[in-house]
Amino acid sequence: MQVRPKTGWYWLFVIPFIATLWPPFFASYRPTLAGFPFMYWYLILWIFLVSLLSGIVYFIDNR
Amino acid sequence: MYWSAFIVFLILFILVTVLGFYAGRWHRGDLDLIEEWGLAGRRFGTFVTWFLLGGDLYTAYTFIAVPALVYGAGAFGFFAVPYTIVVFPIMYIIMPRLWRVSKQRDYVTAADFVRGRFDSSLLALAVAITGILATMPYIALQLTGIQAVLAAMGLSGHGIMKDLPLIVAFLILAAYTYTSGLRAPALTAILKDLLIYVTVIVACIAIPMQLGGYGHIFHVAAQALPPKGSVILSPKLFSAFATLALGSAFALLLYPHAVTGTLGAKSGRTIQRNAALLPLYSLALTFIALLGYMAIAAGIHTTDTSLVVPLLFLKTLPTWFAGFAFGAIAIGALVPAAIMAIAAANLFTRNIYREYFAAANGPNREAQVAKIVGLIVIIGALFFIVVIPLQYAIYFQTLGGIWILQTVPAIMFGLYTRWFHRWALFLGWLAGMVVGTGMAAAESFKTSLYPLHLGHSVILGYAGIWAIIVNIVLTFVLTLIFNAMHVSNGRDETAEADYTTEPA
Repeated sequence: MQVRPKTGWYWLFVIPFIATLWPPFFASYRPTLAGFPFMYWYLILWIFLVSLLSGIVYFIDNR
Repeated sequence: MYWSAFIVFLILFILVTVLGFYAGRWHRGDLDLIEEWGLAGRRFGTFVTWFLLGGDLYTAYTFIAVPALVYGAGAFGFFAVPYTIVVFPIMYIIMPRLWRVSKQRDYVTAADFVRGRFDSSLLALAVAITGILATMPYIALQLTGIQAVLAAMGLSGHGIMKDLPLIVAFLILAAYTYTSGLRAPALTAILKDLLIYVTVIVACIAIPMQLGGYGHIFHVAAQALPPKGSVILSPKLFSAFATLALGSAFALLLYPHAVTGTLGAKSGRTIQRNAALLPLYSLALTFIALLGYMAIAAGIHTTDTSLVVPLLFLKTLPTWFAGFAFGAIAIGALVPAAIMAIAAANLFTRNIYREYFAAANGPNREAQVAKIVGLIVIIGALFFIVVIPLQYAIYFQTLGGIWILQTVPAIMFGLYTRWFHRWALFLGWLAGMVVGTGMAAAESFKTSLYPLHLGHSVILGYAGIWAIIVNIVLTFVLTLIFNAMHVSNGRDETAEADYTTEPA
């Protein structure tokens, strides 16, 4: 069976690279959330976002 | 000596040993074939692949080294978080293609693919040797995870007695890897990760409750870290943080054990589903890293940073639960060590033994060779750690990451294009290896970061990234030159359809 991935959607994956590999975006203490400095909860948030993003791309790929 | 901790630890260890030997019967296949021994017949579904790749990705060494780095340097140690975030998009895009072409062409290693794609046994040999060299110290470092927990439990002797528990553990590992192949780490990975998740969840709820909450922990760490570190990344380290995360992510997927874990899956889709589900491990890793701050807040003082986590557990958790956690860490060393040994054995057998010593012996003989090489690799790693000072294993491991990254053009670019010339890829790889090693040597192998001087500015970055830039530029330029000179570029045995065919 041939797969024809809708590779255009793969460009969405550029977003987590920029968001998590550009420290000026997140290297700060405030605002804190539940005691976590911004840098920490921001990166934790991106763990969930990258998972969600892969899930969405997977869904589009295999629709 | 913490007896209750040791008894719990011992029970878990016996359990994993039984599972390791039993694994040979699981999804039964003919273990005398290299596809069955070394890739478990390419039949693992989403669930098992998740545990297998997760077990690969974060090892006992991670459990010990990442919090140790955070304990000493603070925010910089959290480069591991963006690293394990961006690795999954890369995996989603690249690895299913590698899986599909490998399935179609019966490739067992990444070097097999390179050989078929570029018709170059030399380039394949370069990829294979890079993989084996990078894997050996990685296995050796897994042992330090076991050593750390044994030492924390007070299990210390003199002379040969000092290393005896470690030797016993690794001989057992070698035995069940020999008999069960990739099935052993796959099955034991499930137990290992259940133990790890329980440990992480309990530790990250119970310890902050004792220490006055996360806010307080961050506050204490922010006071205690300067001048050697800080809780928020300093602008001086931005480029180092980002390049190390990016380079590590690309390197991780090309480590032989990651390739072996990936090729053991039953379809390209299985890998894509895993790319979406594996970030749960990154979340666990983040909290494991935070153990470094908890240790600061709990007043743990040690010069041997590998003891940070074990000492924290003993100080803040009930002793029997510390034993449970130590069992998780020790088993966390055995699972990746087994996969790494199998991956190195596959590389040796397919790309060195078969290529240069015994071409026509068939898959049965290959499996036999791979099993023996697997044994040698594990015993070699044991020898490494018992005889040679630990520091050398760490230096060697630092180099390993830089080296693995140099195989990106041949493998990752190769999955998409055959535009690059095989000789250009080889010379680019060679240049990358030399530049990367030279940069690490200039820093006395103590760090993988290298300050690059560009005119009047200095950029501190991962040596692997500087080396891969040299590698790619050279590969590009040399491809133009070789093509202009009409140097033969061999015959590609793969077809575009091989990269897009999924099993029905």
